[in-house]
Amino acid sequence: MPTVNLTANVRKNGHISIIDIEGEVTGFAEKILMDAYTEASNGTTNSIILNFSQLEYLNSSGIGLLVTMLIRTQRVKQALLACGLSEHYVEIFRLTRLDEAIGIFETEEQALAAAR
Amino acid sequence: MADQNLKTKDTGSGWARPVDKLHVGEVPAEAINLNVEGRRLSGLVRGFGQMWQKTYRVRFDGVKVSSEEVVSGWKTHFPNFWPEGNNLYVPLTGIQPGEVGLINLSAPGGLKLSTGILVVYADDSSFSFMTPEGHMFAGMITFSAFEEDDGLTAQIQMLIRANDPLYELSFRLGFGHKAEDVFWHGTLTNLAEHFGVQSPQTTQQYVLVDPRVQWREWRNIWKNAGIRSGLYMPVAMVKKIFGKK
Repeated sequence: MPTVNLTANVRKNGHISIIDIEGEVTGFAEKILMDAYTEASNGTTNSIILNFSQLEYLNSSGIGLLVTMLIRTQRVKQALLACGLSEHYVEIFRLTRLDEAIGIFETEEQALAAAR
Repeated sequence: MADQNLKTKDTGSGWARPVDKLHVGEVPAEAINLNVEGRRLSGLVRGFGQMWQKTYRVRFDGVKVSSEEVVSGWKTHFPNFWPEGNNLYVPLTGIQPGEVGLINLSAPGGLKLSTGILVVYADDSSFSFMTPEGHMFAGMITFSAFEEDDGLTAQIQMLIRANDPLYELSFRLGFGHKAEDVFWHGTLTNLAEHFGVQSPQTTQQYVLVDPRVQWREWRNIWKNAGIRSGLYMPVAMVKKIFGKK
């Protein structure tokens, strides 16, 4: 079985949850990512911020997981935001047009301000 | 091979660069070049219909081959694995990030449906296409191979929405899904047989990711590649009769 090199830790900030993504987001990371979403989404969460500042690698299957997460947030009327993406991965979000649905911010502070 | 993988991961070079509009390179004279040039990618969050994740798989039982070898062969001979009558025209450079492929598909009534793809991602273990406006679906399709404890599996995974109400109707009525199932099962069977698998067994799994339709996207029908290909057929016949290239 391929190894999964990803941790996704959840922090709470009022009605906002931040998921710290550290490592490689590939198709094999589905359980880790979706478990983190479930933890982040409980209670009264109205926004979720994905902090990608420790992201090492993101492939197309990983992008697919982010789309699935986006749909889950939309179904419960949560906003999904991203921060800490390198310039390269901001381009990937542009390429796939994910940037039209996920707000992208340079820093976590900026994303928090937008979510409030 | 391992080093190449590392290089891809370190540089992120497996991805295509963003493009505003697609441009088709040189294609053979027999190809119908419609519905791709100048189009935008339809995108992962666009499209009209319900969002489906469809996964097709085949196991490579009884043959010794690595996932890298399968993906490399798949990329090199990609159009050859498609069911007969369907063509993908890719540049001589093959399936590389950023390349645009022109698709001519056999459709009912002798229609040739012209559409295309952009190779958005490719590395040693997978590659992915996204579709232009007007294609049957908006989304991404990923081709991969991976080793598990008990053997090797090749997989096609689609995360898609029907692009407009007409395509959505074909999915709701079932024949859209059926046509796709036949196509991709055939592709995986041809792939496995190419690598020496005897009587390959394919499987499929559907997950309805989003049951809602996106009504704001209904106007996508204006660019429907099926309708536009159908309207082009009389023109193509006249050109053929008068020998115009």
